[in-house]
Amino acid sequence: MENDFYVDSEYLSKAALEKKHRLENDPSSRTNHMEYMPGMEIISHDVMRNVMSRVEAYDPDAYTARDVQAALHHDRVTIEDLQALLSPAAAPFLEKMAERARIETGKHFGNTVYIFTPLYIANYCENYCVYCGFNCYNHIQRMKLTGDQIDHEMKIIADSGMEEILILTGESRAASSVEYIGDACRRAKKYFRNVGLEIYPVNSDEYRYLHECGADYVTVFQETYDNVKYETLHLMGHKRVWPYRFEAQERALMGGMRGVGFSALLGLSDFRKDALATALHAYFLQRKYPQAEISLSCPRLRPIINNDKINPLDVGEKQLCQILCAYRLFMPYAGIVVSSRESATFRNGIVRIAATKVSAGVSTGVGDHEEKYTGNQSETAGDEQFEISDSRSLKAMYQDISSEGLQPVLNDYVDVQDIQ
Amino acid sequence: MEGKDTFRLGGKEFTSRFILGSGKYSLKLIEAAVKDAGAEIITLAVRRANTRESENILDYIPKNVTLLPNTSGARDATEAVRIARLARELGCGDFVKIEIMRDTKYLLPDNAETIKATSILADEGFTVLPYMFPDLNAARDLVKAGAAAVMPLGAPIGSNKGLAAKEFIQILIDEIDLPIIVDAGIGRPSQACEAMEMGAAAVMANTALATAGDVTRMASAFKKAIEAGREAYLAGLGRVLQRGGDSSDPLTGFLRD
Repeated sequence: MENDFYVDSEYLSKAALEKKHRLENDPSSRTNHMEYMPGMEIISHDVMRNVMSRVEAYDPDAYTARDVQAALHHDRVTIEDLQALLSPAAAPFLEKMAERARIETGKHFGNTVYIFTPLYIANYCENYCVYCGFNCYNHIQRMKLTGDQIDHEMKIIADSGMEEILILTGESRAASSVEYIGDACRRAKKYFRNVGLEIYPVNSDEYRYLHECGADYVTVFQETYDNVKYETLHLMGHKRVWPYRFEAQERALMGGMRGVGFSALLGLSDFRKDALATALHAYFLQRKYPQAEISLSCPRLRPIINNDKINPLDVGEKQLCQILCAYRLFMPYAGIVVSSRESATFRNGIVRIAATKVSAGVSTGVGDHEEKYTGNQSETAGDEQFEISDSRSLKAMYQDISSEGLQPVLNDYVDVQDIQ
Repeated sequence: MEGKDTFRLGGKEFTSRFILGSGKYSLKLIEAAVKDAGAEIITLAVRRANTRESENILDYIPKNVTLLPNTSGARDATEAVRIARLARELGCGDFVKIEIMRDTKYLLPDNAETIKATSILADEGFTVLPYMFPDLNAARDLVKAGAAAVMPLGAPIGSNKGLAAKEFIQILIDEIDLPIIVDAGIGRPSQACEAMEMGAAAVMANTALATAGDVTRMASAFKKAIEAGREAYLAGLGRVLQRGGDSSDPLTGFLRD
């Protein structure tokens, strides 16, 4: 079973439609996705080689119940153990994995759960990624917030009590320049303790600039580590360049960022291989940069505007839980983020096992926080990237986490840059 | 026992030898945990206290307890010094526990940077309690740098492995004239008891309580274990019978004068 991603908008010109169809149907019309575009910084490929050589050799069906049991009894979970825990053979051991994951999470994070919120400041995009609501051929309401509008949105969010913000944009250098994002970071520092970024990959000197503007955490989703599949999903734009995206976290650390987040978008390709690649990507980069804080996310495909049939295929909640438990056992010290793509029930359950960070008060649209937080109608708003599943406010999330016997935390970081 | 068994830090006298961590568990439990632990010193992460959150951790700590803010999150001496100064600004007092980690996986303390930060903060009048890897040379440097106590790890933070570094901690207890406070890795009361039997001045625990089924009851268990270990140390541990008992036919029985 495959998702049917292609949707033709009636608003596209004949020429645009022709180009879109050519990109979809004729691979030779697409650029080489393994070749860096001009201006893209090239760094050492050692992490990529380490990750991909193992992922390519991984055969999930080669593992047995014995391998899984052995992995569960090891004090330190090795890469081989991780591969067993991600295999189909581990499915019957899910409860055991969860039990051990809960202990490991407790050892490293106690019973704390961090809360943050994303803020989309623009949804313009130059890429044609077939599964994404922001893709350049999708007919949606586009919007880019002005400086004043960013302040307005941030103030509303900060007034709700939130102390950590994740700034997002669509992937368009032209509409959302590095300077524009830097300005948003400076504004964010007035309202929040902690500023993260989820934007298009940039060079290390640009990450350094954004760090100086106040951002200190960079998350980049690789979408899929299967570069052959990747090529068929990211048909046009700079995002098509798979290795440049892969190396974004390393360039962010080179630019002085404190921490980096990793993820595959589950449902695009073989989820077991993608989950292995995500964990190994984080693992090998942490070995190279031991001071880096590491977090893993686990988004599954969601429906988008104009295509409500997109779904995560064979990645059900049980598979997702298995992946998260395997991540936790392999990297007990890593943060695990579970976004509002998942239901309230799933998130309530998973924070007791493996997750350490959840979003609340979420909108994936642009400029609609006033409407969502206060009920006042916004003048105009940009459309959403995908449909969320858990729309709980910060207050509701805080209460729900507390009632599970856990401790919600809104800030766990001191920015010492400005202290003398 | 003659007199009152106390120990001094930064001009203050403490009866309890249990230093309680405040992280990793619910704020509402802190007050009860302090009470059941009988703790007079409680650590708190400055990065947690530095919040606009309606529920500030500082509001949950009883006023008669000495705050020991820590610099967790610091990656070098400069960052630790800045966090300590922020702690003072936030009204956390002059005690500071230095924690400097250069890796996020094991959270092992960086002794060299810790010595640097200790020296700077001691000069600024802080009562400095450095968390360190139990190395005698580093401990001596910390003494010279002006530390008020030395806090060697028993095992990696959160590992619950107990006194994995026992032999090296014993060397610090034997050779260093400052209080030795065992910190990190203590997973159960019996391990805390053992550290006290060895002659540690105090024990600090956090994860062991945070992950217990009943936080306050575990606090009470640690309190008793630490007191028992201290009593045993003061009583002087007796001989330990070797396996199989003493030989009834002495090996040296053939000696004639």
